[in-house]
Amino acid sequence: MSTATATPTDAPAAPERAGRPAYKVTAARVLRSEWAKFWSLRSSWITLTLALFFVLAFGLIRAWRFKANLDAGQHMDPDMLGANAVSLTLFGLNFGQLALGVLGVLVAAGEYSTGMIRSTLAAVPRRLPVLWAKAVVFGVVALVVGTVGAFVAFGFGSGIVSGTRAALTFSDAGVLRSLFMAGLYLALIGVCGVALGALLRSVAGGIAILVGVLMLVPGLVSLLPTSWQNNVSQYLPSHAGDSMYALHQDAHTLAPGTGLLVLALWTALALAGAAYRLKRTDA
Amino acid sequence: MIEAQQLTKRYGEKTAVDRLDFTVKPGTVTGFLGPNGAGKSTTMRMIVGLDAPSAGSVTVNGRRYAEHAAPLQEVGALLEAKSIHPGRSAFNHLNTLALTHGIPRRRVDEVIEMTGLQQVAKKRAGAFSLGMGQRLGIAAALLGDPATIMLDEPVNGLDPEGVLWIRNLLIGLADDGRTVFVSSHLMSEMALVADHLIIVGRGRLLADTTVEGLIRQSGGDTVKVASSDPARLRELLAGPGVEITGRSGSEELEVTGLAARAIGLKAAEHNIALFELHTKAVSLEEAFMELTRDAVEYHGTTTTAAVEAAETVGSAA
Repeated sequence: MSTATATPTDAPAAPERAGRPAYKVTAARVLRSEWAKFWSLRSSWITLTLALFFVLAFGLIRAWRFKANLDAGQHMDPDMLGANAVSLTLFGLNFGQLALGVLGVLVAAGEYSTGMIRSTLAAVPRRLPVLWAKAVVFGVVALVVGTVGAFVAFGFGSGIVSGTRAALTFSDAGVLRSLFMAGLYLALIGVCGVALGALLRSVAGGIAILVGVLMLVPGLVSLLPTSWQNNVSQYLPSHAGDSMYALHQDAHTLAPGTGLLVLALWTALALAGAAYRLKRTDA
Repeated sequence: MIEAQQLTKRYGEKTAVDRLDFTVKPGTVTGFLGPNGAGKSTTMRMIVGLDAPSAGSVTVNGRRYAEHAAPLQEVGALLEAKSIHPGRSAFNHLNTLALTHGIPRRRVDEVIEMTGLQQVAKKRAGAFSLGMGQRLGIAAALLGDPATIMLDEPVNGLDPEGVLWIRNLLIGLADDGRTVFVSSHLMSEMALVADHLIIVGRGRLLADTTVEGLIRQSGGDTVKVASSDPARLRELLAGPGVEITGRSGSEELEVTGLAARAIGLKAAEHNIALFELHTKAVSLEEAFMELTRDAVEYHGTTTTAAVEAAETVGSAA
């Protein structure tokens, strides 16, 4: 056998690719990627600003109305009668949660509606790290925005109602716990949004379910007989959340820690559903 | 290297990809051809793990795509032009993909330059024209400097300048020694760039061949000869590698495996008058049409059906 005949079989099938950089997908890198993705969209900035605005504006307006009614000696709405500085200034959470929940849905479902998901999953074909990274990134962002919003709203709002029977300061018992829980509540609602977006793969569907669960289901449950209501109602995500940041608990609301646990379980359930669909179905 | 084994994808009753077996070898441009709806895109989506096969498997460099530590370094894929978020700039789009692999920012700038996107890199990708969007998709495919590039219908909807750019890019990538796997429903486009062809119809493999092989298979170098004594001529021309067909009572023969020149000389040598002698030039386009039409019209093509189809094409041309 001459060397000439041996050459073709010895020739490498693939071109020499020595000295290539060794890239690798890691959880930390997927996290960095999702972090960069989140901040590189204008809608993220706009919606976060909107969420912060809702939390502050509605909280402060509520506190100001309480003070105004009190000063004028007017008849007060029954739900404002037993108000305190925390419940007044955290009133905006009802609106801020919608903005953050919707942004959470957009973070996940927006990838499907635009087609970005194909690029994302081609880069991270194991898929689940993407969901975890999205949940962590947006959870942290919502936690920071929510906590800042709660503290600033209370900071100014408590000034408005100081000297009234609702007056409270940061050093009063339970106030700090309420404010931190408020931030945690918004973070969990945000993560729920991410999970719903990934589960339904539709912006409209995700938002519909989110708004339905947060606003319509509590209304429907209130139509149930009172004895059922007392058992069911407190475990709804929105009511479990209320009990997380309320300063005082009623007979039929959960303790703050229990409320946190219940909402965390709802969030985990939604995430598990999202993970199952992401892993099992074609993108 | 992409290897598919009995690759199958079913959607309910419909079978989009039906037991495909093929290998895409490194260092060549392999064209993946078939009419619309033949299962090309589904096959490509299965290669990068976006769709899971119903049966069979497909591996990239010996492993399933998802099992690679750095998938973008193995295969760069352009699937559909708009696999982007329209609100993100081209640079940010590429950078978010690069971050998952730890690909340095320098490489992002490099691929932007390679695809000529410098001027628009900071603009929202949603405002891009089709051609620009395609360039961005290709930039993303090149990001990990992969040995295999896979492009799904890259010239669809592009203007002539864009088509030319893609064509030169594909040839350049193959000259670099990369594996290029490119799908199209346009044979004419493939003929210009592809060395190897994988042809599918209705999800089934119709041909795994070279460009010349396809022409030969479709009777591309068939010589039609009409003579005074077809029976005698037939005997004279017969030999190894020569195939002759002709109807009894007709003075026409169809000969494959011999050049028109050789047939003419042979006839002259034995004093057979020729009335007609010409080579049927079947274009690649016709060969492809014929192949895929067979797949659509007659399931399980028979030789007679193929010959009849070849005659129709021949007489029409």
